[in-house]
Amino acid sequence: MVMYNRITAAAYRLLNQNKHSSFKIAHQRQLSPNFSRYNRSSSTSLAGFRHHCATVNLNQFHASYRWDLQKLSLVQFQNLSLIHHRSFGSVASTVVQRNPMFSTINSDDLIYFEKILGVKKVIQDHEELQTANTDWMHKYKGSSKLMLQPENATELSQILEYCNSRRLAVVPQGGNTGLVGGSVPVFDEIIINTRRMNSIIFFDKVSGVLVCEAGCILENLISFLDKEGFIMPLDLGAKGSCQIGGNISTNAGGLRLVRYGSLHGTVLGLEVVLANGSVIDMLGTLRKDNTGYDLKHLFIGSEGSLAIITKVSILTSPKLSSVNIAFLACQDYISCQKLLFQAKRRLGEILSAFEFLDAQAMNLVLHHLDGARNPLPSAIYNFYVLIETTGSNESNDKEKLEAFLVHAMESSLVSDGALAQDYSQATSFWHIREGIPEALMKAGAVYKYDLSLPVEKMYDLVEEMRIRLGAAANVVGYGHLGDGNLHLNVSAPQYDDAILAQIEPFVYEWTSRHRGSISAEHGLGLMKAEKIYYSKSSETVQLMASIKKILDPNGILNPYKVIPSSLVS
Amino acid sequence: MKIMVAIKRVVDYAVKVRIKSDKTGVETRNVKMSMNPFCEIALEEALKIKEAGFASEVIGVSFGPVECIDTLRTGLAMGADRAIHVDAPATLYPLAVAKLLKALVQIEKPGLLILGKQAIDDDCNQTGQMVAGLLNWPQGTFASKVVLDKEKKIATVDREVDGGLETLCLDLPAVITTDLRLNQPRYATLPNIMKAKSKPIKKMSVQELKVELRSDLEVVQVTEPPARKPGVILSSVDELIDKLKNEAHVI
Repeated sequence: MVMYNRITAAAYRLLNQNKHSSFKIAHQRQLSPNFSRYNRSSSTSLAGFRHHCATVNLNQFHASYRWDLQKLSLVQFQNLSLIHHRSFGSVASTVVQRNPMFSTINSDDLIYFEKILGVKKVIQDHEELQTANTDWMHKYKGSSKLMLQPENATELSQILEYCNSRRLAVVPQGGNTGLVGGSVPVFDEIIINTRRMNSIIFFDKVSGVLVCEAGCILENLISFLDKEGFIMPLDLGAKGSCQIGGNISTNAGGLRLVRYGSLHGTVLGLEVVLANGSVIDMLGTLRKDNTGYDLKHLFIGSEGSLAIITKVSILTSPKLSSVNIAFLACQDYISCQKLLFQAKRRLGEILSAFEFLDAQAMNLVLHHLDGARNPLPSAIYNFYVLIETTGSNESNDKEKLEAFLVHAMESSLVSDGALAQDYSQATSFWHIREGIPEALMKAGAVYKYDLSLPVEKMYDLVEEMRIRLGAAANVVGYGHLGDGNLHLNVSAPQYDDAILAQIEPFVYEWTSRHRGSISAEHGLGLMKAEKIYYSKSSETVQLMASIKKILDPNGILNPYKVIPSSLVS
Repeated sequence: MKIMVAIKRVVDYAVKVRIKSDKTGVETRNVKMSMNPFCEIALEEALKIKEAGFASEVIGVSFGPVECIDTLRTGLAMGADRAIHVDAPATLYPLAVAKLLKALVQIEKPGLLILGKQAIDDDCNQTGQMVAGLLNWPQGTFASKVVLDKEKKIATVDREVDGGLETLCLDLPAVITTDLRLNQPRYATLPNIMKAKSKPIKKMSVQELKVELRSDLEVVQVTEPPARKPGVILSSVDELIDKLKNEAHVI
């Protein structure tokens, strides 16, 4: 099995590379089941095709970029006459079929749910369901007929136990702000919305440990902590809608990761409900606990495919009073890198964000975002960097930052810059960086890629993509430079399969070749479930599937996502 | 012509202010302090006038404890040429500030004195008017547009009044106080922050200016506005009618 998957992965790659070559590839057309405006034309596009059968030869295999394929022995491959069945999904038209093992909802099910939850928490209203069926970018659309809103783990446990016995598939949903179609149903999965689980249970000022329910909205937690003099270890643009349970399920990164680390470090405990309804209490509040396997980590970033998170224990940090923000201009990408290197050394412990955007992103923001104002209007620069410091001593921090900035100016790393003199200026600097996704949405169609790459290579991809697409689309690069996380966005007047064919699979292959990750912080969801092999070896993916089998033997939790469906169904 | 701009250090506009526990005032310890937004607008206007060739020098002045120097430095980074810091207690009332400003005007002899229409901490909106009175200069308050005529030595000021605009013509020297819509203040850029480090800030004392600080006012107490009750979501129209009738007593 392991070998088969490895080979499948190899062939998958080759097929993509050699679409137009002389290989014998039989195409079988299949319409995507999640019909939306973005995939209407997928039946005529290459990306929408299913490659049914292929033969692959050795030399071609050597040309493959996949890093882990180098481990594959040639002997294994020579025996290969490969038949496989795998879909090549485009952004929104990932081709999956409804798993026939799943049941459909009947009236007895509804009676049962109303009995355990009461009528209010069983939603069948068409309008409400329409919103819940669609992701916020309107890219993915399911056709669920039922949304349940459990109030606590006991209710959720009853729901899941029942769904598991009836083989009813479910999709957990928090704020539904995901970017990869992970939080909306693909077909008719029951939506389990966590919004009613929204109370703060406990907060300890000495340790900074916050225990709350999974449906708490991030911004509410931020304002609760603000009154206590603390901050959440993560902050992101969607904070007004996204929920902490969803943040943890997707292992969200955000703007402060460079300072406070990933959720794998700050989440101290979880309570989750498994597919069979068992409530697993791992809700520790300890920073150190080496008793056995640290299972909570399995659920951080598993995108609701292993369990549904109901409670969260998270380590928060004291809110420090001195925050300084500089908005800087750099002439080239190498200067941005050098600036990062210097910032880590010279600002050290007070550095709390290091973000970058290119001229194209800046231009979009200035044209499409309300209230955006260029802090450096005197010239157009190729790159802009936003540096934030957070510390406890205003005058020390300012002195440190100014000394760093003076040095950066003198050594020509920075061409120009502005230092926020008050909070409103600071907010307006952040508004530019945080408003890029909104500006992109307003500009038209957008293809979004969230990639982890070695910092020195990161921007090469943007430039190569620009050459590939020419005048057809506007290629925009921005992201968390401090974490090596690039948000590559391609903006076009409308969605166009010809553009998509230029982007994918090129972007994944490029990332894989440079040993990057095809999903830095957005997750795989539906969009990239089948693309997992670009970043993970087949053995790893196989092990993931085995874990999924143990925790969710019927595969009812968030099906068709994260792991290729061939492995779990 | 020189332009003098009054600059006040206040609790940052975006900070949610807290009342001191003894109700004597607003907590300023460990709170972000910034330049009063209306003073920023005043300074921006002075810089624009200078850039248009109508003035030769912009002087920022501030009265208060030593921390005011940081705020003046911000003003220098925005583009003021030099600054004067008058060491004084943190709490100064408009009349005292007006007297101190008058004394500085008599030393520096600017052709124009620009102030914010009010400071966002005490909302007094008196200093500009008082100093104009003390100097016996014409005043254009709440300015939303300022046009200078170098030849005739006059300033034309548009004022925002209820339901419209009033246009005044002032003989220079004059006092102008600035409203929100006059301009959008610039950011302090790095090159200017660096330059500001070598710009002079002159230190003066209240005694040097021969002003006697005497307060005719006493703050009795400062309190927060009563907290608004949170709203409730009702489940039916009947419940709403019931509440309007029996709780709010409005129907």
